[in-house]
Amino acid sequence: MSQKPHLIVVGNGMAGCRAVEEILARDPNKFRITIFGSEPRVNYNRIMLSPLLAGEKSFDDIVINSEAWYADNGITLVAGDAIVAVDRAAQTVTSASGRTESYDRLLLATGSDPFIIPVPGKDLPGVITFRDMEDVDKMLAAADAGGDAVVIGGGLLGLEAAHGLALRGMKVTVIHLMPTLMERQLDEAAGWLLKTELERRGQTILTQADTGEVYGDGKVEGVRLKDGTEIPCSIVVMAVGIRPSTGLAKAAGLDVERGILVDDHMMTSDPAVLAVGECVQHRGAVYGLVAPLWEMCRALADSQTGNPSGYTGSVTSTKLKVSGIDVFSAGDFSGGEGCEDIVLRDATRGVYKRVIVKDEKVIGAVLYGDTADGNWYFDLLKKEENIADIREALIFGQAFASGGALSDPKAAVAALSDDAEICGCNGVSKGQVMACVAGGATDLDAVRATCKASASCGSCTGLVENLLALALGDDYSGERTVKTMCKCTSFTHEDVRAAIVEKGLKAIPEVMQEMSWTTPDGCSSCRPALNYYLLCAWPAEHVEDPQSRFVNERMHANIQKDGTYSVVPRMWGGVTTPNELRAIADAADKYGARMVKVTGGQRLDLFGIKKEDLPAIWGDLNAAGMVSGHAYGKALRTVKTCVGSEWCRFGTQDSTGLGIKAEQMTWGSWMPHKFKIAVSGCPRNCAEATIKDFGVICVDSGYELHIGGNGGIHLRGTDFLCKVATEQEALDYCAAFTQLYREEARYLDRTAPWVERVGLDYVKKRIVEDEVGREALRNRFLYAQSFLQVDPWAERASGKESFLHEHIAEIRPFAVVGGAA
Amino acid sequence: MTALSALRIADHDTHTHLDTHMIADWLDIGTVDQLPALGARTLPVRGGKEIAIFRTANGDVYALVNQCPHKQGPLSQGIVHDTTVTCPLHNWRISLIDGHALGEDEGCVPTIPVKIDGGRILIGRKEALQGMA
Ligand code: SRM
Ligand SMILES: Cc1cc2nc3c(=O)[nH]c(=O)nc-3n(C[C@H](O)[C@H](O)[C@H](O)COP(=O)(O)OP(=O)(O)OC[C@H]3O[C@@H](n4cnc5c(N)ncnc54)[C@H](O)[C@@H]3O)c2cc1C
Ligand code: SF4
Ligand code: FES
Repeated sequence: MSQKPHLIVVGNGMAGCRAVEEILARDPNKFRITIFGSEPRVNYNRIMLSPLLAGEKSFDDIVINSEAWYADNGITLVAGDAIVAVDRAAQTVTSASGRTESYDRLLLATGSDPFIIPVPGKDLPGVITFRDMEDVDKMLAAADAGGDAVVIGGGLLGLEAAHGLALRGMKVTVIHLMPTLMERQLDEAAGWLLKTELERRGQTILTQADTGEVYGDGKVEGVRLKDGTEIPCSIVVMAVGIRPSTGLAKAAGLDVERGILVDDHMMTSDPAVLAVGECVQHRGAVYGLVAPLWEMCRALADSQTGNPSGYTGSVTSTKLKVSGIDVFSAGDFSGGEGCEDIVLRDATRGVYKRVIVKDEKVIGAVLYGDTADGNWYFDLLKKEENIADIREALIFGQAFASGGALSDPKAAVAALSDDAEICGCNGVSKGQVMACVAGGATDLDAVRATCKASASCGSCTGLVENLLALALGDDYSGERTVKTMCKCTSFTHEDVRAAIVEKGLKAIPEVMQEMSWTTPDGCSSCRPALNYYLLCAWPAEHVEDPQSRFVNERMHANIQKDGTYSVVPRMWGGVTTPNELRAIADAADKYGARMVKVTGGQRLDLFGIKKEDLPAIWGDLNAAGMVSGHAYGKALRTVKTCVGSEWCRFGTQDSTGLGIKAEQMTWGSWMPHKFKIAVSGCPRNCAEATIKDFGVICVDSGYELHIGGNGGIHLRGTDFLCKVATEQEALDYCAAFTQLYREEARYLDRTAPWVERVGLDYVKKRIVEDEVGREALRNRFLYAQSFLQVDPWAERASGKESFLHEHIAEIRPFAVVGGAA
Repeated sequence: MTALSALRIADHDTHTHLDTHMIADWLDIGTVDQLPALGARTLPVRGGKEIAIFRTANGDVYALVNQCPHKQGPLSQGIVHDTTVTCPLHNWRISLIDGHALGEDEGCVPTIPVKIDGGRILIGRKEALQGMA
């Protein structure tokens, strides 16, 4: 017996024991085996700690190898005694209790250590990680004592911990640094769905939240975020990540990078030492899931028993173990050139599926809500199967894709029975759609209008179009003539705006899900439009997305061709003061403006300001009482005025005063496109009011209101809207008209094309004839303004979003370090 | 001289100065959470070309020279979607992965290799300094 070489395994975890099992299965007499484990228990299934915490399993349920297994196979288990040193020259290991053993082969299977973020308070009692049985015991004790829990980290582990603790009766807050949950495994859309569901279940999910410290007197009392928010709690679970546990290997002088370096046979830089599991780095990769470990253990056992096969790396897939929430992801879903996304969204069922195809192969999949086909996609991915033949049906899943008439989607819909459901949202069957076509509907819009199929989430649009093609043959004119918002959706601007209001949608990912966007995060054309539609529909509640704004609106300044910015302070109605002019002159000097120009909009423009200097120059201009002129925005730009009755011998009314009031009422308002106003004191029209979006010509008997003018690319004189008697009425009509335009025009339509499309009569009907409607529009405008009239410059000057103006770092290639000798 | 390859002097959000006169393959420029999702930040290189560091919705990080192949527009200020940035000046779409202009447009901007280690962003030193005289 003692002649057999001695194999010592360090780590009684999943990989260590599996490696032993694999060796025993091949050759039970090869080694004399001793396993050291720092945990004082037999080998158990670590991944089942989550169901254990959630109360779905007991410890006995999750044991993999009981004491009998060790005994039956003649394995010496030293549990609860960690190995603290390896002497490779002497080929011995020493344990914490002082026991020294010599080995012929050493297998390191030390797993990973949870990563603890280095914040103050991290060592307080009550800060727990989620790695082993001890951790679960601590969490269970805390749950028994009642109270609140904070989980730091919104990845797999964190969410499973949060779920378990919530089921154990604790009020749970998850703090996640990134904007979406599980961002490594899920794309933005699925991450958002997951967040919504967890919130519905009562968890508080804080994304983009950065932990500043854990506070408490002698024990955890709460977590303070970097932004100052305090979340009281009795335990903090840190689940922010893991690091391969390499300390022992490093001290033993083995080659270690992120993990212990191993070759394809799991051999380290010392041929007598093997390593396997989460502690290793193989071909540059480290793993945090079990599937790769099984493959590693097989290769290890093969080579140790004289039949080397070699491990070549793993593709992994992920599932979240939270009951009732189905999430699956596999492969690469970062997209990129040559990649094509196939997306299916079913809002009523809460389903999101995305399959990423490249070179006719599946390279990634993200599934939410319906993961039944996860394994099938994963299989296609691993086998690198060519999916050209099933491309059209791929997203509908295996059953559909292999349902006979594979390649032709038309044949696939032809094969469906009459009562097969086509539109899940409105419960419309194939028979009903066919009847509707037989009844005279010849395009998608007609079908939507008559039987409602594809009129809600739109995810069945492709099916309906195939049915149309099937029923009409050559008579089907094909795709719709209406212009969709962009290539990401089959809906028009109007459809999307209506849905935002009717369904109460408040955030971009929500719109994309409800309206079945075909891309994961939209494009540079739909994102700014959606952001605008949301803020217009829900001024108080919408979720603003700064990254969906064009650069000028994000930076509150106009970008120039050389990458610097121009700065235009507001000059109400074109009127300024010596003090303002002095402040502008000082700012121009201080920040090196390369030109100061009088603009066509009656104010001053400072050119060539660096992005880093913007907050400071704004701060200076604010100090002199000036605010942003929004010369950069799809927003109210300028209100031009002439001198009017105060000075001019022809002036009939105070055009300057009215212009200033109009500007004070409308400034700050975001619009579908830029919006300009002018007020002229008489029909000589020195303020050029008849080429503005809203123009006022003062006359003796009152105010003539004009709309829809444009002095830009296509010159268009205004249409005369009506005449009003008082200044207040002029302002009220102005507010109502502005709001009508805000609510109904397509993003990037100026008033001129919009008025031409809807017709002057329509605008008159809404603004002039419908007194109640006008009043309501005006009130909605003023309500929205109560949120929008915040000077963006003041916010930035006080430090908001300062990262937009600062470099992340700077590289100085020739600097000398510290000047030290 | 010290044996440090890349020295981070100030460890904070603003202006971390990286002195790189020694040999290092990778430069540590900061943490991933310093980048806005679907956004970018800039990294000036003294005597070289400014670099733009992008973060996609997935949290992936890419680095390109901050100059559009069309007319040198600052790509860092464009809208990021999927793995593409749309230039703020004339809307060319540039791939974050290989720097090529997409669609009808032709041109290419140099990329700088990026790797993430424990939440820190490391960029390839050689490529970061490639534009230097
Ligand atoms: C600064 C200014 C020119 C000047 O030196 O006077 C100007 C400068 C620009 N105009 Fe203008 N427009 C300026 C008054 C005008 C006017 C005159 C007016 O407002 O009375 C017009 C015609 C009137 C009108 O809009 O109907 C005008 C019609 C345009 C157009 C065409 C709009 C259209 O609907 O056809 C564009 C292009 C666009 O917006 O898409 C444009 C776009 C631009 C942009 C923002 C181009 C850009 O996107 O970079 C220019 C920014 C320059 C910069 O780097 O700062 N600018 N622009 C004027 C700023 C006024 C202000 O104080 O805010
Ligand atoms: C809560 C939870 C849920 C998970 N869910 C999933 C899942 O759903 N799917 C999935 O694929 N993966 C999941 N995982 C990951 C999976 O458990 C690991 O990938 C796997 O356990 C790694 O196996 P290992 O043997 O490398 O490490 P471990 O299983 O951690 O084993 C290492 C062992 O070595 C011991 N050890 C360390 N150093 C020494 C030393 N010096 N001396 C003696 N002993 C030492 C440790 O105490 C430990 O017992 C989950 C992990 C956790 C914590
Ligand atoms: S007219 Fe043309 S060049 Fe002149 S400022 Fe306007 S957009 Fe620029
Ligand atoms: S400079 Fe980038 S598109 Fe013109």
